[in-house]
Amino acid sequence: MLSRSQYYLIAALVVAFGASWFSRSYNPYFLDIALTCGINITLAVSLNLINGYTGQFSLGHAGFMALGAYSASLMTTNFGGTLLPLVGGQSWMLFPLALYVGGLVAAIAGLLVGGPSLRLKGDYLAIVTLGFGEIIRVILQNIDAIGASRGMIGIPSYTNLFWTFGLAAITIYTVWALVNSTYGRGFIAVCDDEVAAEAMGINTTRYKITAFVVGAFFAGLAGGAYAHFKQYIAPQGFGFDKSIEIVVMVILGGMGRMPGVILAAVLLSILPEALRWFAKSDELTHIIRVLFSWLSPENYAVAAAKTKEVFENRMILYAILIIVLMIVRPQGLFTWTGKRKTT
Amino acid sequence: MEYLQQLINGLSLGAIYALIALGYTMVYGVLRFINFAHSDVFMLGAFAGYYLGRELPAGTLGGGLFVLLGAMVICAILGVVIEKLAYRPLRGRSTLTVLITAIGISLLLQNTGQLIFGANPKSFPKLFPQQNFTTTGGLVISSDQITVFVVTLVLLAALHYIVMKTRIGTAMRALSFNPTAASLVGINNDRVISFTFALGSSLAAAGGILYALNYPSIDPLMGTLPGLKAFVAAVLGGIGNIPGAALGGVLIGLIETAVVAAGGSTYRDAVAFAVLILILLLRPAGLLGKFQTEKV
Repeated sequence: MLSRSQYYLIAALVVAFGASWFSRSYNPYFLDIALTCGINITLAVSLNLINGYTGQFSLGHAGFMALGAYSASLMTTNFGGTLLPLVGGQSWMLFPLALYVGGLVAAIAGLLVGGPSLRLKGDYLAIVTLGFGEIIRVILQNIDAIGASRGMIGIPSYTNLFWTFGLAAITIYTVWALVNSTYGRGFIAVCDDEVAAEAMGINTTRYKITAFVVGAFFAGLAGGAYAHFKQYIAPQGFGFDKSIEIVVMVILGGMGRMPGVILAAVLLSILPEALRWFAKSDELTHIIRVLFSWLSPENYAVAAAKTKEVFENRMILYAILIIVLMIVRPQGLFTWTGKRKTT
Repeated sequence: MEYLQQLINGLSLGAIYALIALGYTMVYGVLRFINFAHSDVFMLGAFAGYYLGRELPAGTLGGGLFVLLGAMVICAILGVVIEKLAYRPLRGRSTLTVLITAIGISLLLQNTGQLIFGANPKSFPKLFPQQNFTTTGGLVISSDQITVFVVTLVLLAALHYIVMKTRIGTAMRALSFNPTAASLVGINNDRVISFTFALGSSLAAAGGILYALNYPSIDPLMGTLPGLKAFVAAVLGGIGNIPGAALGGVLIGLIETAVVAAGGSTYRDAVAFAVLILILLLRPAGLLGKFQTEKV
């Protein structure tokens, strides 16, 4: 007998499959945004397991994503030629295998990173994970066989609505089921009070490593999906900025709050497009241009260019969002109760 | 001779890291959190030097010192403002909240910097008189490297005097020892914290100018890597420990130069992180730090 959450998962997969069946008739621009949404949901939910539920602050999620992206792409580009005929030329049989390999590589990296560094707390852990992320990027940049800093090109386009949203649904289901199981209460115990959890007989290190490995695995899957969506990956794309973007989704949604994080991931995927549209619209930007021309009265054109820059540089917006949220609403934007909800 | 030359280069780089590391370590001492925005105060110090340096005749000792002091004052004020606006409302909140805010401030400074200064690198003016000194053995020491050594030593001596001999320095040490007890004996904690930020930020500004003298291409993202390496230096020496930060800075400078000299220049940025991971695993309290057990 399936539980209710398993029905939801199957329903989500069926809907994703159905939606993807007609994907040729969708507007490619909106399809693009939808795929980005799906990948970002996977990334944010997997980071939420580490940063939110378990309370370990990781700043290296993009590093795991990079490993998944590169491993999966190496699978499909290098072995695609020999493996594809074996499965009758059906890419839908090869792709999940490649994704899985990418996830596994990322999970192993998560184990390697998590093992030693999870003895650290708070800000130390943040810096060490940041360091690991940077080391992964530097190493990828130095391997000539995978294009070094030029990046990898010619990755087949396998990602579609089914894969991204199916992946997102599986990630949400897994993290949700994990945290709400009897075993999973340990994650929340570690987050709430590590010393007390340890006193109650919870192996805190084990829980932290589990969170890291599972989070890294799904980040790796998301990386693989991302690579086969953009068809081009470069080490620079998986730097600190990318990690921060995922962290902002989790903070915005509220750490350890699943619905908020999903909503935040969707919002932040649409935001750059919305800002671009906003920057193009003359009436809307007029007020800001006037403000800017007070600062440099002689030059309306410069003001216009600067306005455009402000709107296209979403990092400024992210930065202000983070600061204001932390001071005013540390529980996240979409949480109305003070206490964390796990269900 | 080759080794001595690398030693001098490493020491001058390490002196700069030491100046930045002191800011991290002092703020950690009084507030127990890592001020991520410190590396961007360093960047702003370099930019303050750039804009002040354009107004003054370049290549004079007096002008150079004036620019240095000016940038230090500007950044000191900036540090106090950042603390007042962003960190003070968070006093007493969890470390994570403060850490995330600090990352936010850092991103804000970097990206506003890109907007205002432009993202393209600018070439830093020659503030001090230029001359290369060659010793009999063929060692080359540039006047800018000498400036780095002299300024760093003077600032370290001044810092030592402030922390050890003055009233406010004693208050700083008291606060880092026990904040509650410090306020019980009449220390105004907020004022001391502001002062600590001013002190740390002015040292970062000096570090920024010295860095820009030796690597004269500045851009709004220049702070990130030196900042992270200086943070590693602070941890290496034992975070919260002032002599430790200076020692850690010099060591990191030497290690980095050694790696570059050994032909690993593409890995120079990863080395500091490797050192950090090693030190945290082997001796988490740092070289000069005291190990503390957690009390409930």
